Amino acid sequence: MFNRGGIVNIRHVGHHAIDSVLRLGYATRFIALTLLHSGTSFRRPRLIVRELYFSGVLSLIIILVSGLFVGMVLGFQGFHTLQTYGSESALGVLVALSLVRELGPVVAALLFASRAGSAMTAEIGLMKATEQLSAMEMMAVDPIARVVAPRFWAGVISMPLLAALFSAMGVFGGYLVGVVLIGVDEGSFWSQMQNAVDFREDILNGVIKSCVFGVAITWIALFEGYDAPPTAEGVSGATTRTVVTSSLVILGLDFILTSFMFRGV
Amino acid sequence: MATENLVEISGVSYAYGKGRPVLTDINMTIPRGKVVAIMGISGSGKTTLLRLIGGVLKPTHGQVKVDGQLTNELDSEGLYRLRRRMGLLFQFGALFTDLSIFDNVAFQMREHTNLPESMIRDLVMMKLQAVGLRGAHQLTPSELSGGMARRAALARAIALDPTLIMYDEPFTGLDPISLGVIANLVRRLNDALDTTSIVVTHDVQEALDIVDYVYYLSEGVMVAHGTPDEIRAARDPRVHQFVWGEMDGPVAFRYPSRDFRAEVGLV
Repeated sequence: MFNRGGIVNIRHVGHHAIDSVLRLGYATRFIALTLLHSGTSFRRPRLIVRELYFSGVLSLIIILVSGLFVGMVLGFQGFHTLQTYGSESALGVLVALSLVRELGPVVAALLFASRAGSAMTAEIGLMKATEQLSAMEMMAVDPIARVVAPRFWAGVISMPLLAALFSAMGVFGGYLVGVVLIGVDEGSFWSQMQNAVDFREDILNGVIKSCVFGVAITWIALFEGYDAPPTAEGVSGATTRTVVTSSLVILGLDFILTSFMFRGV
Repeated sequence: MATENLVEISGVSYAYGKGRPVLTDINMTIPRGKVVAIMGISGSGKTTLLRLIGGVLKPTHGQVKVDGQLTNELDSEGLYRLRRRMGLLFQFGALFTDLSIFDNVAFQMREHTNLPESMIRDLVMMKLQAVGLRGAHQLTPSELSGGMARRAALARAIALDPTLIMYDEPFTGLDPISLGVIANLVRRLNDALDTTSIVVTHDVQEALDIVDYVYYLSEGVMVAHGTPDEIRAARDPRVHQFVWGEMDGPVAFRYPSRDFRAEVGLV
């Protein structure tokens, strides 16, 4: 038999489970409404372009610098390991495949969630807390169409582009360390990379991954902001949840997508 | 055909979820062209009443009729059409912080009309001139004082020449000069634009000086209504305490507690 404390604990677990399912339902309804009200964004592309600047262009610095350093570290680590087997010439392949298949989409998505996702949540949460969204609704303008949808599409468009730039900078970083600093043969570095990297298997799959991450991050970030309690604690809690949830979802989705994409390789 | 009363509220009750009713059996009419105040202490249900008129909330019982249309029978498209004829001034302005003052006022014109940009510019300047902020059109909301932000929000609320302007606590947190300016603007704009205004407030003296009629709410119930003079002379102890700012009365000064002498150990 359960004692009273046990029953209370079970009740808490039950409440928590019901709340989670409810929130998932609200989030699904939210994304459905966002897609349904995306017409305005496409009729007025300037709305998306403006948000592309905030979520994409302003994330460039962190993405490019991180890409460069990740590539340089890969260059060092890869060279160190490959040297043991006398295959330093395969350094280009190692750097490129690591970046294009995994590190590019995943690390760029983690950085995007921290930089742009958190900013989206905080902005929409504060707009709600200061009644700007209610004001918009009272002016007969749907906030989902005017505020949420342009940000959603801007996030979805900018994520694969940022991931591609991250990978490109990473390859350049690997080149700097491997070829310029350590002295690996430049010809074999590039030619082996060209031979080994397949457009459909590697690049296209990486792009698909970053598109999926883009949808997941912006969905989470926008929903958390829109659903945030209209207080300082509410907005700060929502911002933290965006970063934590997005990061976990990115890693989980990456595992699932990778297991489907590369199972036959 | 236009009805004599712009807003008619009959037998309206409202409760959030399954909770305690916030409003109970409210009846009121707002005639066209008048400035009407809805007064009461904090938590008396004033803002909820405003949200019911704006169609943001639907009454649990009764009906709200605005410009001849029952708000609870309108779908979201119908509600949006109705709201295009309404202007609402939020308590702290609720200006869009990422837009300039000019763009804030131009917002509705750009969203709901196909006017050329040159005409929008002229209209925005006219609205800003009316609230004395034409010179501040390029500033952002964060660069304005509280009173100026409220005036900018007022210019935005009248952008499309609404039939009904609603003010949610327009005087809260303002210095005496800004407060006088806003009070004056509420009256002058109503008369100049030939519109109807509803002012939800607990700032008694400022409101009584500018309005035509007052409805007084206490704990969600309409306890008195009349002209400002009738409200000043009201005998109902709840209204009397509110109008004259008395320390004790139906709204008690002391939080409920046990006997003071017992508290300090005298008995």
